[in-house]
Amino acid sequence: MDTMTLDAAGQTAASQPESAEREAVDTNTSKTVGKPFCDDAKMRMRNVNVFYGETQAIHDISLDIGCNEVVAMIGPSGCGKSTFLRCLNRMNDTIEDCRVEGELTLDGEPIYGQKVDVVPLRARVGMVFQKPNPFPKSIYENVAYGPKIHGIARRRAELDEIVENSLRRAGLWNEVKDRLDQPGTGLSGGQQQRLCIARAIAVSPEVILMDEPCSALDPIATARIEELINELRENYTIAIVTHSMQQAARVSQRTAYFHLGRLVEVNDTETVFTNPQHELTEAYITGRFG
Amino acid sequence: MTDTNRNLTQEQVRQRIEQHLASRHRKEKVFRGLGIASVAFGILAVLVLFTDIISKGSGAFVQSAIQLEVTYDPLVLGIDKVDEESLTWANFTGVIREALRERFPKVQSRSEKRELYSLVSSGAPFTLRKRLQSDPELLGKTQTVWLTADDDVDTFVKSLSDSKEGFRGRTSDQKAEWIQQLIDSGELKKRFNTTFFTQGDSREPEQAGIRAALLGSFFTLLVTLVLSFPIGVAAAIYLEEYAPKNKWTDLIEVNINNLAAVPSIVFGLLGLAIFINFFELPRSAPLVGGLVLTLMTLPTIIISSRAALKAVPPSIREAALGLGASRMQTIFHHVLPLAMPGMLTGAIIGMAQALGETAPLLMIGMVAFIVDVPTGITDPATVLPVQIFLWADSPERAFVERTSAAIMVLLSFLIAMNTAAVLLRKKLERRW
Repeated sequence: MDTMTLDAAGQTAASQPESAEREAVDTNTSKTVGKPFCDDAKMRMRNVNVFYGETQAIHDISLDIGCNEVVAMIGPSGCGKSTFLRCLNRMNDTIEDCRVEGELTLDGEPIYGQKVDVVPLRARVGMVFQKPNPFPKSIYENVAYGPKIHGIARRRAELDEIVENSLRRAGLWNEVKDRLDQPGTGLSGGQQQRLCIARAIAVSPEVILMDEPCSALDPIATARIEELINELRENYTIAIVTHSMQQAARVSQRTAYFHLGRLVEVNDTETVFTNPQHELTEAYITGRFG
Repeated sequence: MTDTNRNLTQEQVRQRIEQHLASRHRKEKVFRGLGIASVAFGILAVLVLFTDIISKGSGAFVQSAIQLEVTYDPLVLGIDKVDEESLTWANFTGVIREALRERFPKVQSRSEKRELYSLVSSGAPFTLRKRLQSDPELLGKTQTVWLTADDDVDTFVKSLSDSKEGFRGRTSDQKAEWIQQLIDSGELKKRFNTTFFTQGDSREPEQAGIRAALLGSFFTLLVTLVLSFPIGVAAAIYLEEYAPKNKWTDLIEVNINNLAAVPSIVFGLLGLAIFINFFELPRSAPLVGGLVLTLMTLPTIIISSRAALKAVPPSIREAALGLGASRMQTIFHHVLPLAMPGMLTGAIIGMAQALGETAPLLMIGMVAFIVDVPTGITDPATVLPVQIFLWADSPERAFVERTSAAIMVLLSFLIAMNTAAVLLRKKLERRW
């Protein structure tokens, strides 16, 4: 996806000299407008480049994700926001010939490198995916799986407590408490996604990455998830990729606008949507492309 | 296209479509007809095969037996007590001959006597020996026993139901008359053929059974399953989940696919050269047979296991990895349970293939004439399909029905295995 768009964009830039100004912005800026950095950063990313084989999907992105804030990442399809998100807990490791360069730290500790074990990293940086993907097991098993493999719960009672708490926090407890032994795949789409969130918070991560968590859900389920994100913000740092600008406006404190593998603008969400400083951002939020 | 379209009115276009529609329908009908015809042909072929085999083979499940009044006369037997040694020497043949002469007292001449004695199977003395062994009290007493008839007699009796004359073969008029007498008096009856299921191979059709071959097949398949399933699954998991995608893995993949297409006799030669000549494993043994069949079924299992692994949605893997599960945990907790039905189906189909395999086993000596029932994986043995091959080659007419009966047994095992594969898949299949 990413590579295709990049190629297409390259051609467009070459064949349309009249948009020279935009082209200049595209190729030359490693500079991000706005305020990509913050003082109490949970995760720091500096000069991140991501390659799929020969093609570069992400160009020199630097961004901080602060403590207990929600950072929304928006941008047209194929702009690299999902790729960037997946770098944060090394999910890109599973993709063949994907290479990540740059400095990425969690609480000041590097997350890439020979010595870093991805298992504890992914326990600290959880992820919720675009499509609800509960395991084909019972609801209880779904939530209990993370704590089990990390050896968090010592006793059955502890595990029961973790499961209940996680489901309560995900706002699913009342709906499923009587059928914890039923398969998680039997729930509705919105419930499944909340189950996945419960599963992610069951291992008490510090950061939760959400990759378009509502794109497969109806508006009511979406509203519930957004509500949930607002509640979760108190305890977790959240990075969310979304296609819906309204959603970004509703749930996030800061918004990052990605364009063709570059981070164009990062600012307080309100500023981005009311007074964008970069013309590409403005073009996107006013619906001129994307 | 666009030009003609522009020149045609809507009415004309509709007419053309209308005309074209008829030929489209016709083609559809022809295609469907061809499909039905080929299915019908397949069913017909199976029906013909089954009727032929069943009509030929069902006879083997019954066996003619002759009722005789046998006296365990110590004088004739030549023993005065019943113990291991005396039983070995005892002349049970004499006892049977005595009984036959008593039943047909008119028989005098030597050639007639020989005819008479050949009514009963040459295995009959062993039956008497067993009886006496289990009940030593019988010595000196008279008992009514059913003794297995000779295969010529059996063939003749069975052919009587087809035509009045019956198939004579080596049976003389005199003998036919005796047989008729015995049938009329109820002293010759067709009884269920337990020998067929309890004995090993024999030169005498009436004493030949499939037990040895069945057990040989069982041990061979056991070795095959124990080796090929874990190896195949492990190889599939490595290739699918761990191996980097480069030209080496491509090469391996191509070679696995090639291996699946190698003629099975080549595997037999390989087994002969490596397992028997180099490693000096015992000849004719299910162990070697299993090893050879493992080589043969491995590609099948690897290919089907990889397909099963591929079919597991990547979202499940991502979910587990995203929670911090290691690769192995992801595979063993989530991917394997979902892929298992497909893998098992592949394994059972591979096993069914191995069960029906003959050629490679000929090369490693499992075609030998083996009478003893194997008790382990290193005993000399043969397998069902090879037994069928051996019997089909035998000149005695009674082996014809035994061949077909053995085929029936083999086919029923194959059907059972394939049914098990389907049921297992249905039972284990989980939706996600």
